[in-house]
Amino acid sequence: MALNKEQIAQRIARELEDGFYVNLGIGIPTLVANYIPEGVDVVLQSENGLLGMGPFPIEGEEDADLINAGKQTITTIPGSVFFDSAMSFGMIRAGKVDLTVLGAMEVADNGDIANWKIPNKMVKGMGGAMDLVAAAKNIIVAMQHTNKKGESKLLPKCTLPLTGIGCVKKVVSDLGVFDVTPDGFVCIEYAPGVTIEEIKAKTAGRLTISPDVKEIEL
Amino acid sequence: MNKVVKGADVAVQDIPSGATIMLGGFGLCGIPENCIAALVRTGVDNLTCISNNAGVDDFGIGLLLQQKQVKKMISSYVGENAEFERQLLSGELEVELIPQGTLATRCMATGYGMPAVYLLAGVGTEVAEGKETRTFNGREYLLEHAFDSDFAIVKAWKGDTQGNLIFKDTARNFNPMMAMAGKITIAEVEELVPAGELDPNYIHVPGIYVHRIFQGQNYEKRIEQRTVRKA
Repeated sequence: MALNKEQIAQRIARELEDGFYVNLGIGIPTLVANYIPEGVDVVLQSENGLLGMGPFPIEGEEDADLINAGKQTITTIPGSVFFDSAMSFGMIRAGKVDLTVLGAMEVADNGDIANWKIPNKMVKGMGGAMDLVAAAKNIIVAMQHTNKKGESKLLPKCTLPLTGIGCVKKVVSDLGVFDVTPDGFVCIEYAPGVTIEEIKAKTAGRLTISPDVKEIEL
Repeated sequence: MNKVVKGADVAVQDIPSGATIMLGGFGLCGIPENCIAALVRTGVDNLTCISNNAGVDDFGIGLLLQQKQVKKMISSYVGENAEFERQLLSGELEVELIPQGTLATRCMATGYGMPAVYLLAGVGTEVAEGKETRTFNGREYLLEHAFDSDFAIVKAWKGDTQGNLIFKDTARNFNPMMAMAGKITIAEVEELVPAGELDPNYIHVPGIYVHRIFQGQNYEKRIEQRTVRKA
């Protein structure tokens, strides 16, 4: 069985290390916050100006002045701090954020990422994605391995307008976990019930299988 | 040094058609509701609006779009507005999309008196097209310029008669840098107090950057995505 969205988030959460400052993008990345391992202390950064993002508020306690980058109502936790947008992207740019998790439409085997624009469709904008991918030290992409037509989204070269170049370090898809290396994608884990043959068939970019490849543990 | 004006209508009365205006806020959080409403009343048009987002159909900058008062939006993310999409596709509205951090930092550069800064965001993408580049420590950067904005309109939580401002929670967002970046800066605040009542240690924007201030009224503070959990 390929991983569902929650399981992709659960697998990515295992990449979190004690003391990490982490920026989680919209969609599957947001779900990662639900699976932070016991004993691992991480601080979530929201690029609209908050470090120390807490859970959604209890019904009736929503505050229009307190939202995350997805414009959802949230809360603070002990140690939280607010700042302006320039400082927010300043700390991202200066490499203070240890890990960024975001979604993608396409990832290339050299680490290029496209996730903001589809030609001839309404363009909403890049938001903070270009700033995050240009600067973050470690970027993990959470995505479906193929599009609705079954075509690979892990490509030799992105076909959509780029968000950033050579920046993705790891991809966690519904089919497996892939490091992005100078030799292209390296499959290090596969989803339970998914075969290496299926992964090979659905990966258009350069792909090698790690000799230590194993099933994903959740 | 009293910066207080009577209200939003007085504060925006000299903003002409064709002006370039910065508007603070992230989504609908921390937007200058009173001044947007006043601009709708004055009916000025051909505005260039520098703002991270463009509001929703019936709130925020969406109200200016409805009245066809906006010629150009300079933003990082604009998706939540059907009228915006219609005007964009029909060619009535011009849009310049720039990365959010670049937008924030260009505002900051303006307020700090720096003509330009080198930034990484967008290198190797269409954002880099036509821009000067320079390599530092083996990495390529884009030269990004400060803005030239006739007015900046911001919303703060508290302010005093000298124009000193304090923001609340994530309603701070773009407001401080934009306050610092306007040739004329207008601040609307939820609570206006006499000079001396705000602790000088906790002021976010010094009043030197602010030209007009007033206490706003009837804040709606609409929530875009209400997310809650069970008690």
